[in-house]
Amino acid sequence: MSLVFFGYFGGMVAITSMLVVALRNPVYSALSLLVMLFHVAGLFVILHAEFLAAVQVIVYAGAILVLYLFVVMLLNVKEDDRYHSQWRIAAVVCVPLVIESIVLLSGGAGSTGHDSRSLESGPHGGIAADNTLAIGKTLFTTYLFPFEVASLVLLVAMIGAIVLAKRDFSESREL
Amino acid sequence: MTFPVGDLFLILPELLVITAACIVLVLDPVLRPSDKDGLVWLSLGTLAICMGLTASQMRAPVEAFNGLVIIDMYGAFWKLLLYFVTGLTILLSHSYLKEERLYFGEYYGFVLLALAGMMVMVSAADLLTIYLGSELMSLALYVMAGLKRSEPRSLEASAKYFVLGAFSSGILLYGISLLYGATGSTRLPAIATAIAGQSLDDPLLLFATILLAVGFGFKLAVVPFHMWTPDVYEGAPTSVTAFMAVASKAASFGAFLRVFIEGLGGLKANWSAIFLLICLATLVLGNVVALVQTNIKRMLAYSSIAHAGYALIGVVAAGRLENSSGLASVLLYLALYTFMTFGAFAVAAMLRKDGMEGDEIEDFTGLSKRHPVAALLMLIFMVSLAGIPPTAGFIGKFYVFMSAVEAGMPWLAVIALIFAAVSAYYYLRVVMVMYMREPSDATDRAPQLVMSPAFSIVLACTAAGVVIFGIYPNPVVQLAMQAVSTLR
Repeated sequence: MSLVFFGYFGGMVAITSMLVVALRNPVYSALSLLVMLFHVAGLFVILHAEFLAAVQVIVYAGAILVLYLFVVMLLNVKEDDRYHSQWRIAAVVCVPLVIESIVLLSGGAGSTGHDSRSLESGPHGGIAADNTLAIGKTLFTTYLFPFEVASLVLLVAMIGAIVLAKRDFSESREL
Repeated sequence: MTFPVGDLFLILPELLVITAACIVLVLDPVLRPSDKDGLVWLSLGTLAICMGLTASQMRAPVEAFNGLVIIDMYGAFWKLLLYFVTGLTILLSHSYLKEERLYFGEYYGFVLLALAGMMVMVSAADLLTIYLGSELMSLALYVMAGLKRSEPRSLEASAKYFVLGAFSSGILLYGISLLYGATGSTRLPAIATAIAGQSLDDPLLLFATILLAVGFGFKLAVVPFHMWTPDVYEGAPTSVTAFMAVASKAASFGAFLRVFIEGLGGLKANWSAIFLLICLATLVLGNVVALVQTNIKRMLAYSSIAHAGYALIGVVAAGRLENSSGLASVLLYLALYTFMTFGAFAVAAMLRKDGMEGDEIEDFTGLSKRHPVAALLMLIFMVSLAGIPPTAGFIGKFYVFMSAVEAGMPWLAVIALIFAAVSAYYYLRVVMVMYMREPSDATDRAPQLVMSPAFSIVLACTAAGVVIFGIYPNPVVQLAMQAVSTLR
């Protein structure tokens, strides 16, 4: 059963990621990226990484993709041909990737088994436990202090961006 | 597991600073411009309370938050220094921002948030917490560097600082993750146990050490990771430059020493060799390039690079010594460096020419005629930066050089001494310009120092520190000795 789901999600990821680069309209590209990110989240669910799946949807599909769409729409690019003549670079990048996947598929069979074993016998009672709960507990007990410092970092980044980007600051504030 | 309420009392100074920062940020939009001085007093009052709290925490080390934070003498030493510098920054900014017509209430909020980041850095016993503290500090500083938005140089400084800072944070994080891979923990005591008796034969450990050294090298602005310093120091508002040159450097040194002594202490002999190379490069390049600068802020930037090199002598010596005198000399050096560098930047900030900043060395021409007292104080700062007795700069260099001799490297002390002599040329050139050169046009267009009560307090504090600790350094020496004694 899980193989069927894997085939569906994996196949959709492959198809939509090709569509991202193949489609000429940047908005369509961004939307196929969105579909791809959802299917990657589906792959995470198959692997019992529910937390990662939720983060994938919220952060990538929710926040980052909306940012992409904003940029695309603000710049008002309709059909841009600048990026469609880069097949030489793509070919050069492809060669090591193909070699890598061949190595992984041929010699990596033993290591894959090792990986899944180490996942199931994890220190926190294996993957069967609710990993969202486990992460939340760790963040709010053991790592409470750095977690709160991280929230301050975000606060500074947010206010800083507003202060630096706000227009006509000096005029409106002068005595 | 219950909530660690007791631990909250241990980090009360941090909480107070953060609360004050939030109050400043919230009150700023609702206050009338004439009432905004209240924010300055609020910030200063918080610092005073924190100073008392931290002074009361100067006792045996206490761990908090599952050992991620450690409250000890060492952290308290840096915190006291940071409160002092932040107080001076706020006082200087109060006058400086008025001159620059920058009315940002957020400014004081960012100063306090940067301070909170620095406090986290110096009292964290965990690499991730140190990293988050340094990010908090850096993000606040990126914004502060770009606050003078009418000036392209300021925006350039902000952008440059941001890009290189983010780059260096990435390298630091990479080093941390490799170290985690090699030792299985990000906590310094656990790392120390994991690498006990190991050498750098393990390539993972070697890379981790090098990447950590590079990451911290950027934060400390030592050669060859100094490229951002002159441009950022020149472009940023001068009060921010002073804060960066002193406070951010002190906090980075605080975290850096804790990581390399408490965490990587087992690899002392190995990292000592790395820092010896960095130290020599810093001494040579910092001092030689400073010779040709015509802008006082750039000159002071290269001078601050060179001073990081002198402090590194103590670090190199600490790697070779069994006792802690090398480390104590680093703490002492940075504490004394604070007074003279901040004083020099303060004078540079308040020298105005036609409503602009007079930041060329030429602008100091004939300052002794127009402002004899301020010129005398600048003379004291310059003499101290050059390391001539009886000033604080001499004491700092003396202890650092002594630790090098003690560690069996008299040649390093000799090289440093030669470059200290070289540095006297560019420091004393400022003095020469102030005292011996006649102003070409005696009109009122000549650069003037803008005096204000807050600025006078800054000058008085820094000059008093330079002179008093130059003659009677014992209190700071004792404090530094006690501080490093808690470092394992």
